[in-house]
Amino acid sequence: MKILVCVSQVPDTTTKITFTPDNKSLNTAGVQFIINPYDELGITKALELNEQTGGGTVTVITVGGADTEPNIRKALAMGADDAVRIDAEPTDAFFVAQQIANYAASQNFDLIFTGRESIDYNGGQVGGMIAELLNLPHVNVITAITVSGNTGSVERDIDGGREVVEVATPFLVSAQKDLCEPRIPNMRGIMTARTKPLQVIAANGSDKRTEVAQFQAPAPKAGVKFIDPNNMDELVSLLHNEAKVL
Amino acid sequence: MSVLVFAENSEGRFKKAAFEGVAFASAIAGGSVTAVVMGNMDATQVAELGKFGASKVLHYSDASFNAMDAGVFAQVISDAASKVGAQWVIVSNTYTGKAVAPRVAVRLNAAFAPGIIALPEGNTVKRSVFSNKGFADFSLNQSVKVVSLTPNSYSFAEGSGTATVESCSFSPAGNRVTVKEVKKAAGKVPLTEAEVVVSGGRGLKGPENWHLIENLADTLNAATACSKPVSDVHWRPHSEHVGQTGITIKPNLYIACGISGAIQHLAGVSSSKVIVAINTDKEAPFFKAADYGVVGDVFDVLPRLNEAIKAFKNS
Ligand SMILES: Cc1cc2nc3c(=O)[nH]c(=O)nc-3n(C[C@H](O)[C@H](O)[C@H](O)COP(=O)(O)OP(=O)(O)OC[C@H]3O[C@@H](n4cnc5c(N)ncnc54)[C@H](O)[C@@H]3O)c2cc1C
Ligand SMILES: Cc1cc2nc3c(=O)[nH]c(=O)nc-3n(C[C@H](O)[C@H](O)[C@H](O)COP(=O)(O)OP(=O)(O)OC[C@H]3O[C@@H](n4cnc5c(N)ncnc54)[C@H](O)[C@@H]3O)c2cc1C
Repeated sequence: MKILVCVSQVPDTTTKITFTPDNKSLNTAGVQFIINPYDELGITKALELNEQTGGGTVTVITVGGADTEPNIRKALAMGADDAVRIDAEPTDAFFVAQQIANYAASQNFDLIFTGRESIDYNGGQVGGMIAELLNLPHVNVITAITVSGNTGSVERDIDGGREVVEVATPFLVSAQKDLCEPRIPNMRGIMTARTKPLQVIAANGSDKRTEVAQFQAPAPKAGVKFIDPNNMDELVSLLHNEAKVL
Repeated sequence: MSVLVFAENSEGRFKKAAFEGVAFASAIAGGSVTAVVMGNMDATQVAELGKFGASKVLHYSDASFNAMDAGVFAQVISDAASKVGAQWVIVSNTYTGKAVAPRVAVRLNAAFAPGIIALPEGNTVKRSVFSNKGFADFSLNQSVKVVSLTPNSYSFAEGSGTATVESCSFSPAGNRVTVKEVKKAAGKVPLTEAEVVVSGGRGLKGPENWHLIENLADTLNAATACSKPVSDVHWRPHSEHVGQTGITIKPNLYIACGISGAIQHLAGVSSSKVIVAINTDKEAPFFKAADYGVVGDVFDVLPRLNEAIKAFKNS
């Protein structure tokens, strides 16, 4: 299959998040950027699907500045065949989706992967938007996928359980944990990644529909109140009278 | 102002999130709203939405809408939004809502904000970002605005209004997703919408001890959750894993049992209204994020807490 995997880069999961003094942006000093964990699953699963059928290509695409290239190279080292970078600051989800849809529209991909959500802005929106722009069916938060012929069988999380659905290619899916174990690049992968094609394309349009007015750090907790482990009645009374949650 | 809300049902019954969404929509509208309901549902039940602020319900009752197909749902909801000239469209931030809302926004040329946690102020909405390590106010710069509401974010009460129900039909275009098999998870209360969650970590020592968590959850009518390593080694199903790489939840009460409180775990639970941590180690990081702490052994504390809550409920 001809597969496209959307890859975003995000602050490492251990990052202590702080904002610039004007509260307009993330303080990126000292922050290490990684491939969004769900996108690593998408890349891995795309490779696995093609390995099973013994053919096809995996293209990764990122909307971002030149600073994303180390992570794009990592995706290539994991095994993707080629990469596309749309050269623009990804400041709005619709803008990102539109750039990717513009590129994909003429390419006839059988399958498109996004992550369930980015672990920075946590929107879970880019996948659905791309699918709608391309008029494709999409299955969100998937935990398993097989494709035979042009029929995909996909397992997805739903409220209170899971469900198996069938859908014909082309379609879009969003990767969730459990889909697979992320592949770790080996030495050979890292070497060959350097020479794999990475195409840089200029962004098309600047339709931004949302804007961050202000960030806020979470309000600090008042501090924990310790309760004697032998006095659970006191905890219950506090939860009822003080916290009002019982 | 014209506001449309999608009121989700599960097997013919509304979820609490649906009532919350209708009440929230009605607060934005400053009056009554139109709700969309999809799939088979009893007419008197559909009319229930009146009690939460809907004056009219557009019921797309075709049985093919019982199963969720994001592309199809988005077509129906945007059809309804255009019918009523909606300036705001409200969806719940459930699995269904997450899949459907971005597509609705694209169809309506709308600005979209997922997972908002409070009423908008003008065009500005608030949501949590960076896995609960911060909040952001987003301004929505299109004339139509689509938002999904994080469950348990808005307090509301049942009123006495009534809604008229209009039966609608719609033939969706395009390729479809068909459901082949449904696997319901074991827990009775869905985790994403639960008001109380009892959660266990490696401190529980093994799956055979989970009755301690389940008994307390039963008493509290709570959902059960776990830390990542617990689901990684299959002590508990993955669907219970909360945190940065799992589910994000926002219950009124989160009880963390034998969980250290790593930053990635807290990312999924720190916007809970009240957190209780139970841990043998008084230096455990969870105590920095908790409102109430018990330094003690879960094997000893949980049965006692369970008895104390039972006694309280019976009093
Ligand atoms: C400097 C800066 C300023 C920003 N300012 C704003 C702002 O003002 N308003 C605002 O709304 N957002 C802003 N953002 C956030 C940015 O718009 C989001 O990263 C983007 O909107 C994607 O949305 P999301 O994170 O919710 O992605 P999700 O929808 O959660 O991502 C899901 C999946 O979509 C794919 N995806 C997401 N982003 C990309 C990408 N860039 N390239 C390829 N695939 C991708 C990935 O597969 C990802 O797993 C800013 C970001 C930066 C870096
Ligand atoms: C990229 C990445 C993503 C991650 N995502 C997540 C995520 O989404 N969710 C998540 O949970 N983790 C996540 N983690 C893992 C996280 O860093 C921690 O390792 C994990 O949360 C620890 O789980 P735990 O608290 O159950 O176990 P431990 O850290 O082993 O803690 C067990 C705790 O139980 C206490 N204890 C032991 N015995 C008892 C007893 N008898 N009574 C009471 N207390 C007792 C101990 O004092 C200790 O504090 C992630 C890590 C990485 C690197």
